[in-house]
Amino acid sequence: MLSKKNEVGQSGPFSVVLFHSISGALRAEKLLKAESVSLKMIPVPRHLSSDCGICIRFERADELKVEGILGRSKLEIQGIHQI
Amino acid sequence: MIYLDNAATSWPKPKAVYQAMDRFMNQVGANPGRSGHRLSIEAGRVVYETRESLAWLFNIDDPLRIIFTSNATEALNVAINGVLRPGDHAITSSMEHNSVMRPLRALQERGVELTVVSCSKEGFLDPGGIEKAIKPNTRLIVLNRASNVVGTLLPVIEVGAIARRHGVLFCIDAAQSAGAYPLDVSFTKVDLLAFTGHKSLFGPQGTGGLYVRQGVEDVVEPLMRGGTGSRSDSEHQPDFLPDKYESGTPNTVGLAGLGAGVQFVLSRGVNALREKEEKLMHHLIEGLGAIPGVTLYGSGDAREQVAVLSFNIAGIASSEVAIRLDEEYDILCRPGLQCAPIAHRTLGTFPGGTVRVSPGYFTTEDEVDIVIKAVCNIARVLR
Ligand SMILES: Cc1ncc(COP(=O)(O)O)c(C=O)c1O
Repeated sequence: MLSKKNEVGQSGPFSVVLFHSISGALRAEKLLKAESVSLKMIPVPRHLSSDCGICIRFERADELKVEGILGRSKLEIQGIHQI
Repeated sequence: MIYLDNAATSWPKPKAVYQAMDRFMNQVGANPGRSGHRLSIEAGRVVYETRESLAWLFNIDDPLRIIFTSNATEALNVAINGVLRPGDHAITSSMEHNSVMRPLRALQERGVELTVVSCSKEGFLDPGGIEKAIKPNTRLIVLNRASNVVGTLLPVIEVGAIARRHGVLFCIDAAQSAGAYPLDVSFTKVDLLAFTGHKSLFGPQGTGGLYVRQGVEDVVEPLMRGGTGSRSDSEHQPDFLPDKYESGTPNTVGLAGLGAGVQFVLSRGVNALREKEEKLMHHLIEGLGAIPGVTLYGSGDAREQVAVLSFNIAGIASSEVAIRLDEEYDILCRPGLQCAPIAHRTLGTFPGGTVRVSPGYFTTEDEVDIVIKAVCNIARVLR
């Protein structure tokens, strides 16, 4: 079984970035990890979307960095929200 | 036993392919991108990694422009049926596999015009012939990169440039060439690139895919619609890639294996794999070509083809040769028409077909020698 503790070192407060597709979220995960952004893949919070998908949670302090990395990759995002 | 049917499906596969599939089944196993728990996310990562490896291989900027299908046939059906409407005109060559010809012939019965441009009897295509066939209503050109009967390479770079100049969509069937011969989508002007996972990409059967160039998805209808794990609040199919064309639970274990297969190709390098196969093919062409009573079809030059060779022995049916190779010499190959009747008409081998031998990465020079001797024996007894 895969370890539960493969994403550590986050303390919050958090923001999440939502994507159109799961594949988009997985691409973003790799792009952000390559730039050492500390993150965790989580189910999309129910109040943000009626979707059953996943999103990426990261430290709010990294918002600009995350926006920058994803913007440069031209990966379309559905939005960034503070949680 | 000597396995010379790699053009049908490559075998054996690199060990890493079996290991990746075993790891997925034993340690991951979940439905990718459906549920959001860690095993589901890990399954999604497995699929994504395979997408990214394929993007490296074909030099595709955005891995999400690759959609997975169960084989090249499904990918070609998405491309062909997704683009063409009654009144449209399509162009193809006389060297195609039935996975291209049958969808096109079916559309022809429903009001799509079709021009089949003739190739030479060695299987070569003059790109000028394609350009001459273009009409105001031409929507799509479909060509294979390499023939599954004789391995001949078609001029996709030239035809891609012609298609782009005329504003016509260009679809390549790379089933026989992906992994075996270089193809770079930033260089070859291709709108839709269909590949299969189980041949020179070393994946398991039941894997394949289609690259869709940016913006082209607007004019390609999906073949199937259904659950994608995204936009679950909507009863309508998403319009973004890859979800527009990927409904239903995928063959995740197969894609795990395909990812390992593509990594194997990337680690060796397509050019190095190509060099190895070219040497084997040179040896095979020289050896079989020198046997009295044996006719070789195709280019006769290992540099102008992939590792597929067709031949016949005078006075004996291709099926009979294949049975004797199997039963008396333990050599496995494929006789007949290889799902490509139009290619055999072009080569002049319809309806009898040919004996097709297709070496692969794991074939050795010694095995090629054994095959040459076996064919020599069969041909000699007859004379
Ligand atoms: C040239 C060509 N196109 C298409 C296909 C179809 O591939 P698949 O059987 O994986 O759908 C094949 C192989 O069978 C082929 O050789």
